[in-house]
Amino acid sequence: MATRTRPGWRDLPEKLSSGSRWIAGKFRVFEGDRIGQTGLVLLFGIILIGIFGRPITLDLFGMSQTLQPFSLAPYDPSVSHRGPDGRLLRLEGPSWAHPLGTNHLGRDVLSRVIVGARVSLIVGTIAAFMAVFIGTNIGLTAAYFGGWVDDVLMRITDIAYGLPFLPFAIVLLAIMGQSIYWIIFAIVIILWRSTARVIRSQVLSHKNRPYVESAEAIGASNLRIMYIHILPNVLPLAFLYAAFAVGYAVIAEASLSFLGFGPPEMISWGGMIFTAFNQDAIRQAWWWVFPPGLMIMFFVMSVFFIGRTLEMVVNPELRHRE
Amino acid sequence: MTLLEVENLRTYYTEDDGGLVRAADDVSFSIEPGETLGLVGESGSGKTTIAKSIIRLLADNAEIVDGSITHRGTEITDLSKKALNREIRWSEISMIPQNAMNAFDPVYTVGEQIVEVITVHERGTSTAEAMERARQLFEDLGIDPDRVDDYPHQFSGGMAQRAMIALALALNPSLILADEPTTALDVVIQDRILETIKRMQEEYDSAMILITHDMSVVAETCDRIAVVYGGRIVEIGDAETIIDDPRHPYTLGLRNAFPDITADDQALISIPGTPPDLVDPGEGCRFAPRCPFADEECWEVTPHPVEYEPGHLVECHRADEKAFLQAEAEKRETWLGQEVGDPTADRAPVEEVDD
Repeated sequence: MATRTRPGWRDLPEKLSSGSRWIAGKFRVFEGDRIGQTGLVLLFGIILIGIFGRPITLDLFGMSQTLQPFSLAPYDPSVSHRGPDGRLLRLEGPSWAHPLGTNHLGRDVLSRVIVGARVSLIVGTIAAFMAVFIGTNIGLTAAYFGGWVDDVLMRITDIAYGLPFLPFAIVLLAIMGQSIYWIIFAIVIILWRSTARVIRSQVLSHKNRPYVESAEAIGASNLRIMYIHILPNVLPLAFLYAAFAVGYAVIAEASLSFLGFGPPEMISWGGMIFTAFNQDAIRQAWWWVFPPGLMIMFFVMSVFFIGRTLEMVVNPELRHRE
Repeated sequence: MTLLEVENLRTYYTEDDGGLVRAADDVSFSIEPGETLGLVGESGSGKTTIAKSIIRLLADNAEIVDGSITHRGTEITDLSKKALNREIRWSEISMIPQNAMNAFDPVYTVGEQIVEVITVHERGTSTAEAMERARQLFEDLGIDPDRVDDYPHQFSGGMAQRAMIALALALNPSLILADEPTTALDVVIQDRILETIKRMQEEYDSAMILITHDMSVVAETCDRIAVVYGGRIVEIGDAETIIDDPRHPYTLGLRNAFPDITADDQALISIPGTPPDLVDPGEGCRFAPRCPFADEECWEVTPHPVEYEPGHLVECHRADEKAFLQAEAEKRETWLGQEVGDPTADRAPVEEVDD
């Protein structure tokens, strides 16, 4: 092997530090932006709840490995609590033992809210990310190349527009079995279409701007023009649609859980509200309905706020506007 | 060796109704290394189409129908897009667009964009080296090198145009296409930008095609001038010949339309009529409907370029009557004559400028 004066790994610390400086520089947009900071704090809190809500154990080759031993939830969410007299604590209001009361089966609502964060986080982020990823790429490709590529991709989008969400998801889950992955799949199939449409129209307007022509004159390839020059210009819109998609995905998951198509053992915020609705407890048991409702709201809000601030990362003109 | 040779170039646009717009029709010219050629003409005469054909930046509905464009002997019209990107675009032929402000990608700093051009075309150049060159270019162009870290919207119009010149020079190309580089700027800045372009072009030893509708700009800047009318080059020659001793009535008319600072109390004379419709122009000289000297031959036979002096080609049936044309063209009455075939031309469209 030839002697190398500077092995690649030696550059690594330098590269890492310059990389983190770059990221830190981009995140400076949150400085002095109260709304963005609020969003970050909310999201960070929900992520912490998601991670530390219940211990995470992983079964590997018959050995169970505990990855995360903490439990923020005071009780096991599926245990029914009984009073000293042995009676089931049905729909008990808040007390010291159960700060958010209990539900119709005597289960601790606080524990269920904490544990439910995980499902919403997973469904919301994965479904939204996948939907926006697919939608952005399809919209970008269709608009940039135009012609028959545009025709084919947009007709596929039209077909996706023809799918009604609930019947489609119900049939899909009935055939494939009730699992969180198929729920995510159903949400993604429905969600990508609007992003594709909107990104396509935005790219169509950018395609004819002088900077794209000069990039072409400079000798940039199609892929470079698409992903390095046009994409960052339409990314704010994609962020916005990602925020919408998170909200929509959380609510769609809730609807499916309500209809009984969620996995029965899965605890989610949407599922809680709809169980309360089913039990006709919405009017009396506010402690059962408000906490998961507020959590859904906070989660969607945090993504909106962050999306709004992140626009400034990709749009320097917004950043410099005083 | 000739740097760029354009021969019998025909670039047509297909309109929605199927009509063919002959925006460049049988255009031939050549450029030597380091030379500056001015393409002058009215809006819609086909100047930009000629330039865009060279770097193959035509709109989707435009096509090079016929002719050849060779750069140092390499045929450009046949190159695949990949080869064109790798061998010709920017490394050999670069472009300064009309509105530099919009020609930069708004999401990257100007420095990043210059660096991108250098690192993509010259593999192995590190970002730091490329950035150093960008700063050097900025300094050469009289911009504070620290402004490489600024975004395009933070630049003024003139500064953005300078930055664009920096970008155009980044790879030291053999030919620069400057498409009305000063039109969007005010007169004082225009003059400075032209000076800068001229100086940089000499320093970097690049040839240039300067596209403009402004006779005074080409007079100052160019070695040779090609006058474009109706998609054809009607007269081409040395700058002095075209400015001081032209033969084509259109060139004579263009010259009248710009003030001569040495003469006092002059009123500008404009050419009556409008540029020709390039959809199916038919036989005959395209300038004939607006030409005060047109006779029957001009209406019926398409003229072809004739070389009067070495390198001075004129496309006019009456170009041999030089003395007569030049004397008559200076008179206001000559241009008041009605435009044949256009009944509205009686209302002598003459602009008077008093100063």
